[in-house]
Amino acid sequence: MIRVIDPGISTTVQDTGRFGHYHIGMPPSGAMDQFSHTVANYLVGNDEDAATLEMTYGGPDLAFERDALVAVTGADMSPAVNDEPIQAWTAVAVEAGDVLSLDFATEGARSYLAVAGGVDVPSIMGSKSTYTLIGIGGYEGHQLEEGDELAIADVPDRSDRAGTSVDASHRPDYGEGDRIRVVMGLCEYRLTDEGREEFLGATWKISDEADRVGYRLEGPDVEPMFEGREQPFGAGTDVTNVVDVGYPVGSIQMAGQPIVLMRDAVTGGGYATVGTVISPDRDRLSQSRTHSEIGFEAVDVETALDARAERDDRLEAIRTDVR
Amino acid sequence: MIVSSESDDSGLGNPGRMARLGLRSKRIERINPGSVCDIYNGCESVFHGMTNSRIERQELPSPRYTYGGDDYVFVEVAEAMSFDANFTAQAITQEIRSRDRDDLIEVAPANASYLIQFDPERLHPDDLIEELKELGEEIDISEYRWEARVFDFPILYQDPWTHETLMQFRDRHQDPDATDLEYSAQINGFEGVQAFIDAHSGAPHMVTMVGFVPGLPWCFQMVPREEQIEVPKYRQPRTDTPGRAVGFGGAFTAIYPVRGAGGYQLYGRTPLEVLDVDQNLPDFQESMVLPNPGDILDFRQIDREEYDAIREEIEAGTYEYTYETVEFRPDEFFRRPHEYNRELVEAIE
Repeated sequence: MIRVIDPGISTTVQDTGRFGHYHIGMPPSGAMDQFSHTVANYLVGNDEDAATLEMTYGGPDLAFERDALVAVTGADMSPAVNDEPIQAWTAVAVEAGDVLSLDFATEGARSYLAVAGGVDVPSIMGSKSTYTLIGIGGYEGHQLEEGDELAIADVPDRSDRAGTSVDASHRPDYGEGDRIRVVMGLCEYRLTDEGREEFLGATWKISDEADRVGYRLEGPDVEPMFEGREQPFGAGTDVTNVVDVGYPVGSIQMAGQPIVLMRDAVTGGGYATVGTVISPDRDRLSQSRTHSEIGFEAVDVETALDARAERDDRLEAIRTDVR
Repeated sequence: MIVSSESDDSGLGNPGRMARLGLRSKRIERINPGSVCDIYNGCESVFHGMTNSRIERQELPSPRYTYGGDDYVFVEVAEAMSFDANFTAQAITQEIRSRDRDDLIEVAPANASYLIQFDPERLHPDDLIEELKELGEEIDISEYRWEARVFDFPILYQDPWTHETLMQFRDRHQDPDATDLEYSAQINGFEGVQAFIDAHSGAPHMVTMVGFVPGLPWCFQMVPREEQIEVPKYRQPRTDTPGRAVGFGGAFTAIYPVRGAGGYQLYGRTPLEVLDVDQNLPDFQESMVLPNPGDILDFRQIDREEYDAIREEIEAGTYEYTYETVEFRPDEFFRRPHEYNRELVEAIE
């Protein structure tokens, strides 16, 4: 059992996501940074679909009421056990009575805590991920609160793995000014050539509204980037409106400002989307902080598939390393 | 959802089709084709006197196939909304879903487009697009059939809750001096609010897409284009909308599953739930979401007394939705929409 002493700013139970229900409006939820979530699980000997805690900007204080093997990955939140600093990206044995504390993130935005066996909450529609909008999954459908008690699934002792660590070459760094790779498409045809160039050339600042639902970006006005037209039947009157479409996770919706839709996003709507952040860069964007700046780089689909395969190869190499 | 083509020579070559047809034939309620004329006697104004009109078939453009990052394919069937575009999106997605493939993660039809998420480790997006193009060429929607549930859907138009909300946000509306219904009636050329409500509830609506949030149906009224209502969204979205509000924007009715922001014109409130997270109600035992793409909602104007009575049953967890499963035939609908609608609705009367 893990008892929540202080929940941190926003801590939720997440896994790889809830799939197969997009057509009834159910977004996948799941860890925003799947790379860090997966690596944390590998370090403690779990499969990637075990549930972890996703901790945003400021981490929790957690009391362990039994021995456990844990690992913290992702953003640097200066993890400590009983006030003694511990290594991140490393499997660490904790004992009953220990308190694991995480501080404010100094780099990146989201840390992941995996526990050998996984956080044990009921599976809803095939996933343990928290989706707070309708209050399903995770710990009673909400972010952790003081006094919550999380069960850990029973597994044989894995404390011999303690000290296992991810090689430094495999740990991401969360720098500023990242180029986020995008496959342009979807309703991109609605942009003029100049509009497309301006969109891709601009520096975008991540606004205060950047969470699991989406990242709203500040920068040039998007409406002038659009081609004027007589609006088709059913589309609505605004130049950025289209007849309602489904939105991929990672797609960039042009609603006054661009919004990159994340894992708890609306599944569809009537604003044009003009491109989709590729999956490895959805992980990176999840670690980009409010008020930091990003730019978009258009890539073709083969480059996107190569980048994904590279990420998968890296995860496989880590899995083999820490086995 | 089960789908099949009427004739066996459609070229789809799907070995599962016959089995599905067999299953379906047991469940489909036969539609009684008779006695359609008397139901709507005296309601000519609902249809502007166009009871003989057809749904004009739309020549669809070549679909746009594009990539969504490394793991989605998005297909825009048409830029404009039409039954042709929506039925095409539904037919293709129903067909591909029925194949139970493990390389596809999500298959989601939208109003005039569809979205597929796939597993790039098993499938290259170009191969998926090739397959979708072939399917698009093979499927003739006028030959398609699907199982649709026709629901009785009571609405308390001009209810006190959405009225309070819409009055609160007059400064974000096109016409601050009128209610949303008065404004919509006026710009669509109706004599008054009741005539507008009669039109909105006078012919059923097809669920052409479910999404935004879990359980929210976009509904497109099953009438010829010239009879369709079209209304702009609020100039600026509201920060509040009551749950179960019935709104209208563009050419679509939406039912808000939960309280939240919204930009559609507010017409009323339904006592029914479209989302039941705890799955307390008997009709939600299989899924927490009621509407599915392809379902048909028959909006019916009710008074406050009936609204309260239904709410009581809903809150007690005993309410059972009134619906029948029918075989929906696009060809019949295109040819004689008003009569066909009456036959569909008869199934639940």
